[in-house]
Order: sequence, then C-alpha cells, then structure tokens
Amino acid sequence: MTITQDDLRFDPDRKLKVVGTTPIKPDGVDKVTGRAKFGADTHLPGMLVGKVLRSPHAHAIIKSIDTSSAAALAGVKAVVTRDDFPELPPGEFRDISSNCMAREKAFYDGHAVAAVAATSERIAKKALKLIEVDYQVLPHVIDVMDAIKPDAPILFEDMVTKGMDPAPDGPTNILQRKEFTMGDVDAGFAEADIIVEREFDTKPMHQGYIEPQACVANFTEDGQTELWCCTQGHFVFRTRLAAVLKMDISRIRVTQSELGGGFGGKTMFYAEPVAILLSRKANRPVKITLTRNEVLRATGPVAGTHSRIKMGMTKDGRFTAAEAELYFQTGPFTGSAFANAPQAMFTRYDLQNIRAVGYEVVSNRPKVNAFRAPCVPQVVFGVEGVIHELARKIGMDPIDLRLKNAATEGYKTIYGATFGPIGYVETLEAAKAHPHYTAPLGPDQGRGIATGFWFNRGGETTASLNITPDGTVTLLLGNPDVAGSRVSICMMAAEELGIPVDKVRPIIGDTSTLGFNRVTAGSRVTFSAGMAIVLSARKAIETLCQRAAMMWDVPEDGVVFEDGHVRPASSNVGDFEPLSIADIAKKATETGGPIAGHAEIVAEGAGPGFGCHIVDVEVDKETGAVKILRYTVVEDAGKAIHPHQVEGQYQGGAVQGIGWALNEEYIYDKDGRMENAGFLDYRIPVASDVPMIDTVIVEVPNPLHPYGLRGVGEVPLVPTMAAIANAIDDAIGIRPRSLPMSPPKVLKLIEEAEMSRDQA
Amino acid sequence: MDEMRYEAPETLDAAVALLAGADGDARILAGGTDVLVLLHSDMIEPGLLVDIKKIPELTSIAVEAGGFRVGAAVSAMELVEHDAFSKAWPGVIEGVKLIGSIQIMGRATMGGNLCNASPAADSVPALIAAGAIGTIVGPEGRRDVPVEDIATAPGETSLGKGEILVSFLFPPRPPHSGDAYRRFTPRTEMDIAVVGVGISLSLDDGGTCQAARVVLGAVAERALLVEAAAAALIGTPLDEAALERLAAAASAACRPIDDKRGTKEFRIKVAGVLARRAAQDALERARGN
Amino acid sequence: MARSHVTTTVNGDEYEFLCDAEQTLLDVLRDELFLTGTKEGCATGDCGACSVMLDGRLVCACLVLGVEAAGKLIETIEGLAHGDELHPLQQKFLEHNGAQCGICTPGTLIAAKALLAVNPDPSETEIRYWLAGNLCRCTGYDKIIRAVMAAAEEMREGRS
Ligand SMILES: Cc1cc2nc3c(=O)[nH]c(=O)nc-3n(C[C@H](O)[C@H](O)[C@H](O)COP(=O)(O)OP(=O)(O)OC[C@H]3O[C@@H](n4cnc5c(N)ncnc54)[C@H](O)[C@@H]3O)c2cc1C
Ligand code: FES
Ligand code: FES
Repeated sequence: MTITQDDLRFDPDRKLKVVGTTPIKPDGVDKVTGRAKFGADTHLPGMLVGKVLRSPHAHAIIKSIDTSSAAALAGVKAVVTRDDFPELPPGEFRDISSNCMAREKAFYDGHAVAAVAATSERIAKKALKLIEVDYQVLPHVIDVMDAIKPDAPILFEDMVTKGMDPAPDGPTNILQRKEFTMGDVDAGFAEADIIVEREFDTKPMHQGYIEPQACVANFTEDGQTELWCCTQGHFVFRTRLAAVLKMDISRIRVTQSELGGGFGGKTMFYAEPVAILLSRKANRPVKITLTRNEVLRATGPVAGTHSRIKMGMTKDGRFTAAEAELYFQTGPFTGSAFANAPQAMFTRYDLQNIRAVGYEVVSNRPKVNAFRAPCVPQVVFGVEGVIHELARKIGMDPIDLRLKNAATEGYKTIYGATFGPIGYVETLEAAKAHPHYTAPLGPDQGRGIATGFWFNRGGETTASLNITPDGTVTLLLGNPDVAGSRVSICMMAAEELGIPVDKVRPIIGDTSTLGFNRVTAGSRVTFSAGMAIVLSARKAIETLCQRAAMMWDVPEDGVVFEDGHVRPASSNVGDFEPLSIADIAKKATETGGPIAGHAEIVAEGAGPGFGCHIVDVEVDKETGAVKILRYTVVEDAGKAIHPHQVEGQYQGGAVQGIGWALNEEYIYDKDGRMENAGFLDYRIPVASDVPMIDTVIVEVPNPLHPYGLRGVGEVPLVPTMAAIANAIDDAIGIRPRSLPMSPPKVLKLIEEAEMSRDQA
Repeated sequence: MDEMRYEAPETLDAAVALLAGADGDARILAGGTDVLVLLHSDMIEPGLLVDIKKIPELTSIAVEAGGFRVGAAVSAMELVEHDAFSKAWPGVIEGVKLIGSIQIMGRATMGGNLCNASPAADSVPALIAAGAIGTIVGPEGRRDVPVEDIATAPGETSLGKGEILVSFLFPPRPPHSGDAYRRFTPRTEMDIAVVGVGISLSLDDGGTCQAARVVLGAVAERALLVEAAAAALIGTPLDEAALERLAAAASAACRPIDDKRGTKEFRIKVAGVLARRAAQDALERARGN
Repeated sequence: MARSHVTTTVNGDEYEFLCDAEQTLLDVLRDELFLTGTKEGCATGDCGACSVMLDGRLVCACLVLGVEAAGKLIETIEGLAHGDELHPLQQKFLEHNGAQCGICTPGTLIAAKALLAVNPDPSETEIRYWLAGNLCRCTGYDKIIRAVMAAAEEMREGRS
C-alpha cells in the first residue's frame, strides 16, 4: 500500500524530539560568512553588463525608438526593444511581456523601453544615452479615486470592465469588479442598533527587500537558456518566461540564488526576459542588476486603496451585518489579487450577512505585485477601525467585543469553506492575558489592538529525499527558502527518520531537477514542502522496513520503524538487534539498490491563521510624531516547527507594518515621476525606530498537517496598521483613517481633536 | 560621460592649482557622501575630482586663540571623538552626529556639508549659531568669512573658481555659554531634516541671556540666522514668555516650500516648537558651565 | 583608456587591481576581486549592506572610490572568521537567527564589530542607533539586536 497525502494527519500524542527545538539553520554559516550567493553574486566568463532604458514619462505613446547610435558604440554587443519580444494574444502573458518592455505606450515613470548589453557598465550607461525615443506625452493619473473620475485620462481606450453587468459604456479605468455576498445584508443592518460607516485610504508601498533584483542569462547557440536569478519561484518563472518568449519550457533552466528578501515582490520577473534576449543577440552571458532607483520605480509596489466599510451591531455587542466597497490601484495591468480582500477582510468574525465588492483600477503606476497577504492589510486597516469605534460606542473592551463575535469551528466562510479547528479565540485570549495588555500608560500614550486573518495556501509541491550509504540524508527541494523554510523542512525529515537534524542536508534544486513547484508565497512552503518531505520520508521508511525484513529474512509486517531504527515488531518475529538507517543503507546494494523517497503533490488542507497585535504609542502633540513604545504579536502558528523562525516572521511582518503605518509612501511630482526613489526618502523603519517585538506563539494544531502546521508568513502584517491607528486614537482622541499616519497628518488630526473638544 | 580624472594632491597650493586650471567641471571630493551619490546618479559629470583628504591643513583639529580650528575635511566621526571640542560645542556635535549613519559619519565632513549647500544640512545651523568663521584659500589668496555667508542657495556657494574651504575657526566662549541643535525628521535616523534649529547663547552670572544666535535650517533656500528670534531671548532669563516669543519669531521667519520632505504649514509650526526645545537644551548647558 | 593601478590590503592580503576613476570600492571588491560577501542594496549610502572597515573606520564601500583604497587597510566580511573559528558575532547571529534572508547580514556584522570595538557593553538603544545605517527588512531588528548583545557579553567574558 502506498501512502498518500491523505495519510498525513496530525497526531496529538506523538512525542517530538526535533520539531519545536531551535537548531542552527543549514544556510546559516554561509549567510554569516558572506559565502551565500545572492542574485548579483554570479559571475560567468565573458559576461556582459545589461542596462535598461526607462521611460521618464508616466504616460506616453512611444512613437519610435532609434537604437542605431547605441548599437554602433564600441563595446556594445546587443540592443533590445519591444521589436525583439514575440507578439502575443491579449491576456496574462501579453501583460507580463508589456510590463517587462513597453509596447505601444509607456505606462509609468520607470517603464522599460529598451536595453543594451555591453562590455562594461560605463559603456552600457553611455549607450543608453544614445538611444533616441520619440514620446508623445499623454495626461496621466496616479491615484485610484482620481482614475475612476469621469474625466480621468484613460490608459486603455478599448478596456471593457469585467464582472460588471451591464459594463459601463465608454472608456474606463476599471479593469474588473468582483462581488462576494452571504446572507441578507439589508436584514442584518435592520437588526442593528448601532451602525458605523467610514471611508479609508491607504497609500501604495513597496515590499522594500534589501536585495535588488539581479539575474544572469546565458542563451546558447542551440537554443537553450540558462538563467540564474533571485526569485520566489523559479518553476513559475520558467513557465512564464517560456510563454512570454515563446520557447519550450524544457529549454529553459532556472537556478535560484539565495533570496535577499521578497515578501511577494519576487514572484514576478522584470529584467529576466530582457537579459535572455540580450544574451541571445550577443551570444554571451548577460547580467542585469537593478539599481535601487529602478527597484522603486519599476518593480513590485503594493496596491493603494480606497474603501468604504459599514458594520452593524446590536447594543449588546453582536455584529449583525457588514458591507464594503473597495478600490484597488493595480498599475497598468491586472495583478493586485484584490479578490483576497473581500474574502478575507471580515473572516474571523461570526458574521452571517456580508456584502463586499472590489474594483481593480488601472493607473500610471508600476504594475503591482504581491506583498504578504496581498490586498488584505489595506482593508483590515478599515475593518478593525470600524470595530474599534463600535467597541467605544458601547464601552466594551475591544478584545471582549472580538471574542464575543469570534468565528469558531464550523463557521461557513464567505469563500465557501467551513472552518475546521481554528485558533482565533485562543489567540484573543492569549492577547488578553498578556501583561502588555494591562500595563500602565503614561501621558500622551495610547494602546491599540487589531486582529487579522489569512487563508494560508497549499499547492503543487515536489521533493526528494535520498538516504546516503552512511545513513545521512540529503533533501532536494523545489521552493526558494524565503525565511527559514529549509531548516524547518530538515527538522520534519529528521523527526520522521529519528535522526539528528544535522544529519539532514537540503539543497534547493534548479528547475531541471524536480517537478513543478508553485511560488514560495501565501505562507505555503513550510506547510506544503513539509508535507512533501514527510511523505517522501515515510516512503523511504517503507523501503527501509522492506530491506530490514529482507536482511533478517522475516515477513515485511514483522518489522516496525521506531526512533531511527527498524526493530522486530514483537519477540515472536525473532531476536534481532535493531538496525539503524546506516546499517540498512550500508547493505542497500545487496538488498535492491539505493533508498529514497520522493513526492509530487498538490498540497491540500492549509489551516487558516489568525493574529492579534497589541501596540503602545506615544504621540508628540506638538509635532505629530508617533513613537512605537511597545509591540506584541500574538498569532496561531498551528505548530512552530522552529520557534525562532516563526518569531522572525512575526517580528519582521510587524515592523514592515510599522513602516507602512507611519512613513512609507510614494511621492510623485506633477508629471507623475517618483520623487523618492531611494531609501533615504522612501522611509522603511531603521533599527532605532522600533522597540523589541514581543511574540506569543499560539498553537492550535491544523489536523490536516502531520505536525499541525498552519503558515505564518502573511498574518503578521495584516493587523499592524490598524492596531497602530487604534493606539493613536487612544492617545489623541481621533482615529486616523488615512495612511501613512505621518507627522503632518497626525498633527492635523491633533488640531482637529482639540477643536472638537473646545467646541464640546 | 567621458573619462573622469581623479587627483589627490598633498598640498593646498597644488589643489588650488588643479581646480583653478581645470577646464570644464572640476569638483572637490571631501568625504564624497554627496559628490559620489550625485556622480553615480548622473546628476553631475565632472571631468576632474580633486580629493582634498591628503592635505594636512584640511584634516587637522587644533586649539587656536583660545578657540578651535577644525579642518574642513575632518570626518564627522573624528570630530565627534575629539573630547575637548565635543565638550565646548555640544550643539555643533549634535548637528554633526545627525549626518547620516555611523558609516556616513566615517566619511562625511563639515566642509562638505556646508559646501554641498543643502538648506537642510544638519551641521550648518549650529555652525552659524556658533559664530564660526570659514577660512577660504584660492588663486587670489586667503580670506575669512562668516559661515552664514558661504552657502547661498540650494547647491550654490559664494566660493569662486579654484577656491577651497580650508577650515572653521570657532571663537573662545565666555562662561555660562551653551549651544544646541534639534531637528525634526520622520525617522529617528537616516533622514534629511524637515526643520532644523541651532541655538547658541551666553548668560550672565545672574542667568540673564547676554547674547544669542538662532539659526533655522530647511525652512528657506539656505540656513537662516534669525535676529528677531535671538532678540526674543536676549535680556531675558529664558522664561516662558521669552520662549513663547522665540517660537513665534522662529515660525515667522520661515519661508519654506512644500516638497517631498514636508509641507510649508508643518515646517512653520514645527520650527517654533523646535526653537523652544533647542533653547531649553542650550539654557541647561549654559547653566551647567 | 587609462585605468588606475591600485595596490591595497584586504583582510591582511595584498591585492592589486585596475579601475576607472568613478568605480567605487564596492564595485572593485565585488567585480574585480570577486569578494562578493560585501553586498549592494542601494549604492547611495542608505542601506549599509556594503559596510566595510577602511583604515579602521566603518564606511559604506559604495561611497568610497576604488582609487581611494590605494595603500589602505580594508576589512570585509570574508575576514571576520579566523580559520574555521567563527567570530562571536557570527556565532550569536546563528544562534539567535539574526540572519533571515541574510542580505543585510555581512554589513551588519561589520558594523556591529566596529561598535563593540569602541563600546564593549552597549545598551539596546546604543546598538539600535549605531546600526541605524544597516537596513533590514526581514527581521524587524529584534533578533539582530539580541545577537549583538549576546556577542558583546561573550566577548566581555572572554576578555576578563
Ligand atoms: C545616506 C546618507 C545620509 C545622509 N544624511 C544626512 C543628514 O542626516 N544630514 C545632513 O546634513 N546630510 C546628510 N547627508 C549628506 C552628506 O552626508 C553631508 O552633506 C556631508 O556632510 C557631506 O560631506 P562630504 O565630505 O561627504 O562632502 P562631499 O560629498 O565630498 O562634498 C559635498 C560638496 O561640497 C564640496 N566640497 C566639499 N568639501 C569642500 C571644501 N573643503 N571646500 C569647497 N567645497 C567643498 C564638494 O565639491 C561637493 O560639491 C547624507 C548623505 C547620505 C549618503
Ligand atoms: S549599497 Fe552602500 S549603503 Fe547601500
Ligand atoms: S535578513 Fe533580510 S534584510 Fe536583513
């Protein structure tokens, strides 16, 4: 009988030796010694430097591109423009292609319009200056609400809004509409004693990974492509590159480097197809490393939003209905994953009546990309603000109000799934019991809480586990390790095999070594690859048992695997010394060959995750500056395989949220050019901006995972901005409804609050 | 961008000759924390870079006439580590310490901070408040000018072709003197001032303010020496009323713009707030010595 | 084209290289000497990923010219460990998971070492301000700060 995914269920009685401890991760030493190879660290003999020319205009027709002088410059080996990209039918791949190299129009400041490969960076930069592009500059629009005004500049004259019946006639920037409903919203509001309805704005932000995208492409004369790059999903890159460049998938081999941060932003490529085309023309390897300016102007922003959120509640604090209208700024092409928002925003409350409508809107900004729980934190900023007000209105403790309305096992969600065992209540209770929640506050200080949810994901995953002749183990994995997945996967393998974790060595294979793997995103990898590796290990154990039975000449069911050894199942079987994995591996050749296990699965059964954040702020009432004094993240991990890795996710997510809450935003000049395309003015938090981030790992196991795992990558960001806004209210008496809550904006709110106090 | 030449002369004369003799754009390279950023973002394309860090006059700190002479190319970190100077001019040190990170301070110089002529430069308000004199050497010889007369507008200085700012002279201080610098930035570090205020003042034995200089940064095209703000303090014990007048005078002197780092309205308001806070810091220091 | 010939010392070893006047020390370390442990996150002095020691001073290699390295002593991440013995900071970063993705780690380690050389017993706040020029987007800084405090403690004990 072969084991399958369905046999991998959580066993609460299992005694754990490795899972739950904190060994040093296998990639650790390389990272602290400078050995680890990141995207820009690949050097090939004869390699050229590629550079991209970018549009200085937010919206312009590209009438012509003259590359002749650039091509003639000594040292220039190839020039690429839109003419080098294959024509594609309208749809996903044409959009991707047009984002990597502008076609008829440049849609944002920083949009790629041409590229060169040269023998040095100096020559490449000089060549870019020799390229003449004739632009017809068009009026542009940046902000999401400006883009849907009747007189807004239109990006695509022929765009017909999807999901709207009837579709608006005439030109529009609304790309699509999606509605999610459950129950009877009108009846729900009719039942309410208190209704709060508010509007909220969030600004686009950048994932802010410290490593700029970098790649090396090597196209050979027989039409094979090798690509080294930093990516969250080399298999997905390969599939999409093949579609965009009209090549066979098998002719592209992608090797992922160590990833210097991604957070969703490296799930899509930018310069990679350009590098491949340059290499094809030059017949030499080409390396493109983006500058920080290019990263900020042309890659991965997160959607800005406008939302209207309404919730009803009885006077004893029971939610009766919720409604939302949401607008997401996606850049020129679809990709915001905005449908996550209406499905996730209220999910954690036992609400029966919900209507949530989302609109995806195009504007002259870079095409958005994923960022931890794509599109959810922006709208939770609003939802948790409305709930904060509702709690105030009836004088109820904000955690108690959430507890009173908490969804539990059996709740049927708006997206159709019914919750199994979940940890929202446990998370809220842990937050309430935390000393932080009741610690005294000083003058001008305030405390806020907020909560969040993420589905967590599974999906296509492959893995292979090999037992070497001395009984140590190697793993071949198909997902880039974005933050500690490798060590957790090794730990699960070690736990299964009953061997110390340092006897397990992982590598992440390139795309030619394993079957397809979905991107590392959505908190899926430790969950899914964990399942694949447990499955692989159990298959290997099956073989180990067969081999031991053969060595002892006993029936297969006469042996059991325990603690890293095969033993006789009972004394009836015979009196044999237990065989270690090494003992069996040593004899593998005689008993039937090398011992291994592998798995190719679509991982299912991801368990939803919930978090509650508590934050204390101090507001300088004369300047509007907000200081984060204390921060606690409480979140259900299902099971923390390696608690340090889990804490790292909680802490990193919270601090990204602090940046988004207080300072991060894109600043455009009147021509739609980004004015703060650098880390000095795009202000991500520095070490002195934040306190230690306390964490509480709640563990309500996911029954569908062998170790009870959920996923912890997304939730830590979801409630952050809401929690901080609620804390600011506590300090100044007015709840901010627009991000970022930067000093000038907070100062204005303080003045407003003072004015309304004076009037009262 | 054709070839750029790099020279690192060891004497002031050689440096002046190189700069004066260059055709096309020649730039002085001190710490390079502004120049190299501009160079690599293609904002400037000099044909010649003259590194001044090998010239002894530019890189030394000395006691002179009871005060200090500080080379214009002394790195921020070195200055901060100079105990006697740090004790004498804590406000100048506050400004210098705010220039970028520890890494940036390892290279950045006060001369570069001033001659880069950003209105938001952090060491400049305190330098002006201190009454520091800049010594300039050029093809025409040597001249001494008050620091407030050197940077004139964003990116522009009163230095002529071939002129180099060699050093700053800090006058000796009467007893009961103190200085302070405060700035506002959204982040705690690694940020450019939205508003900066430098104040230097001296008290008499009874605690009445005898002399004061109040300088605002980032609220105009260059750092502003605001006499009305100083007048609000002089002759007072820096009581609440005086501080109130100081804040009003500081706000009134601002003529800021809206830009990516802050709004006009915000800058005007916060200039007053910071002036009051800086004055309190300076007062405390003056009382302590 | 005339490139400058530069002789310098990196981690105790003498190196020679040719470079253009505008090439930075960071470019030289990475692209000419293949010492890629020093990282580039911005090339404008804002992120600290390129932190190295230059004649005993902590600097951003992206804001130093290659030609300025002539005759200087440079220390990079590649020189932090002694043989197979990791520096206490490296060891504590491993134990505390101070490196998540690891791109900021080499620069942060060099900066932290410079701190402990001048202040063997820094407070949390002092570490945070000293490392303000070393951006990290992954960790939220918590584990980095703890690792530096733990290394400082171990180094103090080792000294006494
Ligand atoms: C990441 C980062 C953060 C920063 N943060 C701050 C900050 O918080 N506050 C702040 O004020 N600044 C900041 N700066 C700007 C910069 O570091 C300072 O202005 C610094 O003091 C410049 O000094 P430097 O020696 O590096 O100047 P350089 O770059 O060498 O020179 C700057 C300009 O002055 C000219 N110059 C230099 N020395 C002389 C001289 N002796 N005579 C005549 N001309 C001269 C140069 O030709 C050039 O035009 C920051 C820069 C970076 C990269
Ligand atoms: S690369 Fe030098 S500071 Fe960022
Ligand atoms: S660990 Fe990824 S940026 Fe610091």
